[in-house]
Amino acid sequence: MQFKSRALSSVIEWGSLLLSTGLVCFFLVVVIWEIASKGASVLSWEFLFAVPSEGMTQGGILTPIIGTVVLTLITALFAIPFGVCCAIYLHEYAEDNWLTRTIRASIRNLSGVPSIIYGLFGLALFVQAMEFGTSLLAAGLTLGLLSLPYIITTTEEALMRIPNSTREAALAVGATKFETIKDVVIPSAMSGILTGVVLTLSRAAGETAPILFTGAAFYINGSTGYINQEFMALPYHLYMLSTQHQSIDEVRPIAYGTALVLVIVVFLLNLTAFYIRYKYRKNEV
Amino acid sequence: MKYKSRLSLDLCFKYIFKATGLMVLALLGGILAMLVYNSFSFFLDVKPLDFITGMEWNPTANNPKYGMLPLILSTTLVTFGAMLIAIPLGIGTAAYIADYASPRVKNILKPTIEMLAAIPSVVIGFLGIVVVSPGIANMADLSNGLNALNGAILLAVMALPTIITVAEDAIHAVPKTYKEASYGVGATKWQTLRKVVIPAAAPGIIAAVMLGVGRAIGETMTVLMATGNASIIPSGFFDSVKTMTATIAIEMGEVPYQTTHYYALYALATVLFLMTLIANMLGEYFINRFRKYHAV
Repeated sequence: MQFKSRALSSVIEWGSLLLSTGLVCFFLVVVIWEIASKGASVLSWEFLFAVPSEGMTQGGILTPIIGTVVLTLITALFAIPFGVCCAIYLHEYAEDNWLTRTIRASIRNLSGVPSIIYGLFGLALFVQAMEFGTSLLAAGLTLGLLSLPYIITTTEEALMRIPNSTREAALAVGATKFETIKDVVIPSAMSGILTGVVLTLSRAAGETAPILFTGAAFYINGSTGYINQEFMALPYHLYMLSTQHQSIDEVRPIAYGTALVLVIVVFLLNLTAFYIRYKYRKNEV
Repeated sequence: MKYKSRLSLDLCFKYIFKATGLMVLALLGGILAMLVYNSFSFFLDVKPLDFITGMEWNPTANNPKYGMLPLILSTTLVTFGAMLIAIPLGIGTAAYIADYASPRVKNILKPTIEMLAAIPSVVIGFLGIVVVSPGIANMADLSNGLNALNGAILLAVMALPTIITVAEDAIHAVPKTYKEASYGVGATKWQTLRKVVIPAAAPGIIAAVMLGVGRAIGETMTVLMATGNASIIPSGFFDSVKTMTATIAIEMGEVPYQTTHYYALYALATVLFLMTLIANMLGEYFINRFRKYHAV
């Protein structure tokens, strides 16, 4: 092939890669543009702080916001201690034997289990067997189980970044292993752990499938946020408004508003995680 | 604190940490036990062969039919369509990021892809209803665009971040010397990419695709909202389909507990679990092969 035509074809070839990258970015732009342009007109303080009324065709989304906040808190309270302790065991204590390898393999498997199966498990374990009923508690614990593998993996990665010399220094001055972990290892790995926790929670806050049968409700009248009762949640609210409501066209603006709030919440959590990571990397150098 | 109590505290926490590790095993064991137990209850009522080869899923009829073939075919069709879109786009983007993009562009692209991954599936499903569905309806002259094609497009968007991230790692990990050897004999950048870099990164790229498949099979909300949910055997991308995940999501809310229909949904979940497990294990196998190969 002549050099000139080779140069031309390389432009086309380069262009095809650029095109695919452009398309991927285009998807994100479409999602954000569609939600932001049509949701912004609905968004107001009143929308955020008013409860749904008139069969959800009027009013705001305070009830689902409260539901999602309490739900995410329960998830965090359950999954963070559990996940961090498990990561500490795997990285600081466990020897490389069959038990450890089995635990690691099950964590990898658990992170690939579809979220709807966690929903079924939550239904069978928390709602039925433990008799919590369809409630905030059952749904929060279900989301906690779903979050567990991510928290373990990210925490273990954070622990891996702490050099062994740090641990040895603490042990050498007479600290026990637990004291070393509590006072030296965890504080230095804190930002890495936090990054993982925030990312995981942002994912849990947007999940819908696991809360479908464990406690999310179509509509709650009056006060909400009790852990033994059903609740409304932002992602479930969006699902209901866009597919199940009897006058779908009438509630479409509220659906856009809900989607926008949900996307903003998730992006803010992600930005927080990026910020923690960025600050941490800067301190490291 | 006294030395002795410090030691006992140390020991105590050692067991607490170990207990949490064992609890993770119990969690996976619990999920498996639940799936197996409930599927077993189902197979007491319905023959496994009827379940696997049945052509009709209609559990609410007078003579209930529990054939999972339409559901499995729906899931397969939507996943296949999603991969047709996501594989070329994903590998193209991964190659661009790993081989062509300047560090500055890379610093923009990577967070962009992380943002795409962060969007909740219910929002993507909503977009399927308000954007993709009217688009398909207009183009193909249909009454509505809630069909397998819609689901495939959305699942492609959901699987892309996974595919791009894993494939980019694989392409990035190909030793520089391979490329230099190829440039040295006069190959262009494109020829090097196609004939040297991508073959060398192949196991990693296959792993990326398998993980993307696992993600697409298990995805619930997007397909539930965007595919129309008609449980028939699909004949093409313009047919409305009802995937396995969507079937569980719709019907579990309506069935009375401990009925044959209820157990049937668990049996379906077991098949779903196995399918994602196989996809993820294949993905992991290829990642490990890739690591071993490049460690040498």
